[in-house]
Amino acid sequence: MAVPAQKFELAAHLLAARPVPSGEAAWATAARAAAVERLTRMGAPHRRDEYFKFTDPAALVAPEAPAVSHVAPDEKAAFADSDQLRLVFVDGVFAPERSDAVALEGLEIQPLGEALRTDIHWAREVFGKLEERGQDPVHRPLAALNTAQATQGFAIRVTGVVRRPIAFVYERSADAVDAVVHHVVRLEEKADLTLIETGAAASRFSGVTEVDVADGAGFHHVRTQGRDHERLAFTAMFARLGEKSTFKSFTLTANGRLTRNEQIVEFAGAEGVAHVAGACLGDGDFHHDDTIFVTHGAPDCESRQVFKKVLRNGAVGVFQGKILVRSIAQRTDGYQISQGLLLDEDSQFLTKPELEIYADDVKCSHGSTCGAVDETALFYLTSRGIPRGEATDLLVLAFVDEAVQEIEDEGLAADVRERLAGWVARRRR
Amino acid sequence: MAAFDEITVREGVDQETVETVRSVGGRYKYGFSSDIETEYAPKGLNEDIVRLISEKNGEPEWLTDWRLAAYRRWTGLEEPSWAMVHYPKIDFQDQYYYARPKSFATRPKSLDEVDPELLRTYEKLGIPLREQMILAGVEGAEDAPAEGRKVAVDAVFDSVSLGTTFKEELARAGVIFCSISEAVREHPELVRKYLGSVVPITDNFYATLNSAVFSDGSFVYVPPGVRCPMELSTYFRINAENTGQFERTLIIADKGSYVSYLEGCTAPQRDEHQLHAAVVELVALDDAEIKYSTVQNWYPGDEEGKGGIYNFVTKRADCRGARSKVMWTQVETGSAITWKYPSCILRGDGSSGEFYSIAIANNRQQADTGTKMVHLGKNTRSRIVSKGISAGFAQNTYRGLVSMHPRATGGRNYTQCDSLLIGDKCGAHTVPYIEVKNNSSRVEHEATTSKVDDDQLFYCRSRGMDEEEAVALVVNGFCREVLQALPMEFAMEAQKLVAISLEGSVG
Repeated sequence: MAVPAQKFELAAHLLAARPVPSGEAAWATAARAAAVERLTRMGAPHRRDEYFKFTDPAALVAPEAPAVSHVAPDEKAAFADSDQLRLVFVDGVFAPERSDAVALEGLEIQPLGEALRTDIHWAREVFGKLEERGQDPVHRPLAALNTAQATQGFAIRVTGVVRRPIAFVYERSADAVDAVVHHVVRLEEKADLTLIETGAAASRFSGVTEVDVADGAGFHHVRTQGRDHERLAFTAMFARLGEKSTFKSFTLTANGRLTRNEQIVEFAGAEGVAHVAGACLGDGDFHHDDTIFVTHGAPDCESRQVFKKVLRNGAVGVFQGKILVRSIAQRTDGYQISQGLLLDEDSQFLTKPELEIYADDVKCSHGSTCGAVDETALFYLTSRGIPRGEATDLLVLAFVDEAVQEIEDEGLAADVRERLAGWVARRRR
Repeated sequence: MAAFDEITVREGVDQETVETVRSVGGRYKYGFSSDIETEYAPKGLNEDIVRLISEKNGEPEWLTDWRLAAYRRWTGLEEPSWAMVHYPKIDFQDQYYYARPKSFATRPKSLDEVDPELLRTYEKLGIPLREQMILAGVEGAEDAPAEGRKVAVDAVFDSVSLGTTFKEELARAGVIFCSISEAVREHPELVRKYLGSVVPITDNFYATLNSAVFSDGSFVYVPPGVRCPMELSTYFRINAENTGQFERTLIIADKGSYVSYLEGCTAPQRDEHQLHAAVVELVALDDAEIKYSTVQNWYPGDEEGKGGIYNFVTKRADCRGARSKVMWTQVETGSAITWKYPSCILRGDGSSGEFYSIAIANNRQQADTGTKMVHLGKNTRSRIVSKGISAGFAQNTYRGLVSMHPRATGGRNYTQCDSLLIGDKCGAHTVPYIEVKNNSSRVEHEATTSKVDDDQLFYCRSRGMDEEEAVALVVNGFCREVLQALPMEFAMEAQKLVAISLEGSVG
């Protein structure tokens, strides 16, 4: 099929819209230039790209961020109760005066801009590098654009087991603003970190996180994407996992006009474990897309993808998940489940659970189901005297809980469950 | 099969399965070529060739124009590249688009007048072209049911149909079974009404090419309320060198009728790749049922991937009528490249589509095959069972679409696709697309086992089987039932394949 010419024109426009930062270290300048070259070569995303088949990227690449006012949610901020190192971004710009002092044992943390101006820095092995690895075989042009332009974000190097989670809090104040944030994280051998991300961020958000997990290290990621209905968001997390390392990520998305979350995980060492999970609650003019790509490039690794989407009033849920097993990756255990629960006639669940397997001694299963609330279960609950609305809520919560169970930290999981309960309760009012 | 012997098969894979795959992938039994004097249209493709093919078939002007419209459209199209198959670029001008035995300069009136050398080719392939009980003289006949069955055969050789058998007996039932070129002459109203109504000339690159240059194929019309008295079958043979085969099959099952149609295909062993781009259109009206079975055994190329057929096929059924039913069954063992997605448009309320596929890829074969179930009507049902097996250096991809339209309320789909790898140099891939746009439909892709026929499951479970066993029995039993219905020359091979256990499957 012919590649639409406008892909390349648009890529040029996107690059022109925001200058590539100057005055950085030579390695950073080279990484930016490589990202510009990548985007120029692959073009901007287009509806006719295979991986944008279900999600029209037009709003994400439009010249202007949408001017939509921020609606302050009528609930407390996520995970506010847990002890954490809070780093606050307002409209995508780090606000030190509202953040905790950057000091944690077992951790080196630095604003991204600073790191990129340092001549000799560990981040040169990560910044733009993992994103580049993740561009093959599927192009991720929005991530390349982010690498080329982002000035905000953090470079975090973890050398030990960090008990206190780092929390990125993305607050929103302006009506129309583009936020471009890029984090690089490196976990040294046997290090461990929990990263929390919350908040509406901006009317249009682009967030890329590159995570290099060394042998025996563990990375835990829990994220809630704000209830700000009109926002647009693109996020991509690129992870490279060393031997016997662990990667766990959970995302809760409640509303948002358009959200595209990509997670690109690569096993580079044997016996790694990666769990990627997500729950989404969509109501009305809502389009939510999870695009996951797990590459088993080493033997004896285990990957799990668990995605649950509850949709109503015309909401659209998309799941594109892939497990690629290279011929070296014998004894892979891959699992993938994507389920849609449609609460009314108008909503849609579009999914593509893909497997690509080149090793013969592996176990990969992928399941996908979609349907309405189970009438038999509803009948059972109502026959026990539970009103129909409440019974439906119970079934909705039970449905998404399989994804929530992927969160290891009980406290964080409880917080997520509370938010889910709040969502269903609000819908019923 | 040197490549095969070197591969150690891991534990857990059924040895019988490996042996069966090995025997299927062994020497190609149908690789002989027949010495038939053949006349060709000039090499290459242009409007004159399209006109020439149309003229050779004695077609009316509307059809010539239809072909030309397709050709003009085709010149502006690009080959699709999304399938997981890799092959050198095809030079579409370096092919013959029409080849027919010289003895067909004047069309034989019946099979009795056909050149005996041609008939011998079919005899050698084990295809009964005489009106006989197929029991006689067919390999494996000793296992056949005692009474034998009749099968009417259409034999398509390169670009022409040699003729069909049991014409009179079928005519008595009102069934029309003839080559499509004959149908254009004898039943133009039916052809004009239905040709291109399921796969329009605008459909895709290969279908558009086929619309421009299709030469022969089968035509079936079963009138209202008629249960076709025998199996219908078409046997496609490519013989000429550098020649593509572009057959077109059109089957119409009118209200309340039933027909079972079988298709087989082979080609000689040659070093060059040959192109096969067919279009099959099925139309099922109210309460009609069509069973369409294929045993695809085109020459797959040698162990090094030299030669073999490029098989680019568009097959689609339109379940136009309420409660209509179409069942596709395919056993894919041949072809160097397979690109094939037999589909069902479930337009009529309560219509149903089923797809059962066993695809075996060996050596350097590449198969990208699957189905599309497009649910448009209310309470429509579909079931997909696909088994893919790769060995040697082969790549086998299941690619499928299940789509529930917003108005297709109460729809049901159950999909199960298993793949098995024999050796670590091959690949198995699954690319399902699932689009659900209403909430009263239930779509399940391999996730639960509850949507296999509940009654049958309950029966099995009440006899003490666990759920998994019961599902396996029901699904496999179903496949076997279908394949047992194939004519003998297909059935022996196909049944062996169904015995393949996918224990130890990778996904």
